[in-house]
Amino acid sequence: MRGGTFVKLGAIGAVLVGAAALFGLTAGWFSPGRMTQSRMVADFRDASGSQPGFRLNHAKGVCFTGTFQSNGQAVPLSKAAVFEVGSVPVIGRISLAGGMPFQADKPATVRSMALRLMPMDGQEWRTANVNLPVFVVNSARGFYDFTRATAPDPATGKPYPTQMSAFLAAHPETVKAMALIKLAPTSSGFADATYAGLDAFRFVNAAGESVPVRWSLVPLQPVVAESATQSASADKNYLFDALIAEARQHLLQWRLLVAVGEPGDPTNDATLPWPGDRRQVDAGTLTVDHLSSEATGRCADVNYDPMVLPSGIEASDDPLLSARSSVYARSFTLRAEDRMAKTPSAITPRDVQGGDSR
Amino acid sequence: MSASQARFSGVSRLLHWVMAVAILAMLFIGIGMVASVSERYEVLVAVHRPLGIAILILVVIRLANRLLNPAPALPATMPSVMRLAATASHILLYALMFVLPLVGWGMLSAARYPIVLAGGLQLPPILPHDIALYAWLRPLHTDLAYLLFATFLAHLGAALFHGLIRHDGVLGSMASWHRTIAPSVRDGKP
Repeated sequence: MRGGTFVKLGAIGAVLVGAAALFGLTAGWFSPGRMTQSRMVADFRDASGSQPGFRLNHAKGVCFTGTFQSNGQAVPLSKAAVFEVGSVPVIGRISLAGGMPFQADKPATVRSMALRLMPMDGQEWRTANVNLPVFVVNSARGFYDFTRATAPDPATGKPYPTQMSAFLAAHPETVKAMALIKLAPTSSGFADATYAGLDAFRFVNAAGESVPVRWSLVPLQPVVAESATQSASADKNYLFDALIAEARQHLLQWRLLVAVGEPGDPTNDATLPWPGDRRQVDAGTLTVDHLSSEATGRCADVNYDPMVLPSGIEASDDPLLSARSSVYARSFTLRAEDRMAKTPSAITPRDVQGGDSR
Repeated sequence: MSASQARFSGVSRLLHWVMAVAILAMLFIGIGMVASVSERYEVLVAVHRPLGIAILILVVIRLANRLLNPAPALPATMPSVMRLAATASHILLYALMFVLPLVGWGMLSAARYPIVLAGGLQLPPILPHDIALYAWLRPLHTDLAYLLFATFLAHLGAALFHGLIRHDGVLGSMASWHRTIAPSVRDGKP
């Protein structure tokens, strides 16, 4: 072979190596500092340990089925079929924040309610909401660092104090958010908690008009303040057991209130509240009519991805939405892979007593 | 060498290059989106789904076109090992172009994610809601994508090898847009 051929072979090799390198660069193989799905997952696992088959976060929970009865009042705001007058089936999940599926119930642990609303037209709406007035961080990086800062020291079981103070010094938005969270009263249980979406979204109506919104699920059950005797209970599932007992006595209901934002209201920062006087539209009522364990319930195989939105509801510029969607997808895949081995449920069918709450 | 090396038909070349751009974009979008937690993630996912379905439609058209407009014969000068490699890699490319979008559609179906193409336009699920099926299909989708990228690299390397070193008109049969093949290619001279 002539020398020129070697040069050409070298050139071909360089093109191929270049293409492969570009691919690796896109995949993040050469940027260890980049926030990726894998790194967010590793962060959770560092904080909670690996819990095969469970959700990375909100691992302890129960499934429910129910309905959302829309009153039509949100139709002028959104063209989504779920808001037309009528009833839509719901597969939901009530849970505690944290990656530890067997943690003891505590009043300060964040409670959450996730919904999968399934109107006839197939345009699903999934939403996951928590009992906080604002969120503690406003970015994926913030969440990553917050999880690391609050991870317990294996020796003491408590967070390292220096880590948290360093985190707070770097995140003034979290300091402000935590002050607001501290002011908000804690209710006695899951049934009388208000669950808020926190992230802003946009509602788009039939005329194409778009408004920023934030929604919350406000209980119709009377709200009772959390008391020390409750949390002193020896029952480590005391919150779930109270929910199960209450659901057996009567239907549990929440109103879906949609706050309509005005120009200047922050849509890209879930740590900032909106002024309290924003117009609230009562869109309808959620009724929980059947609780069941995750072992038998239909929520276990659902990824409550906040970006599963019907036509008429759109994402805002809140960066947490993309981050949640991306990490939830990875968590769902890992859970599915683990689930090949076992079906996990911290609240067992026996706890829910055969799953019949009526 | 092959003075008579024929070209692919115009339709074949158009399909090849449109799909080349689409598939390469798709591979980079796919690998990029799963490594992202930023706003880019949503944008990339929103492109990935309809583009995948577009590729699925295009590959069906392309298979039909391949039957109507067969590929030109490979140069007689090509050693049989190279011929075998060429045939096998093309079968693999076609199979992956067809299977990857189907696995993607199937895995979203098994996970019961709505398969949103644009706005209110959704595709129906093609598999039952089955998390075990999803657990099998989701990593398969990634593994096949890696295989497709590796096959693409081999394809690109072979094309450049034909064009720069063998000068046998094989690259020109797909890559030349001139009305006739350039004389240097036709004569097989460097």
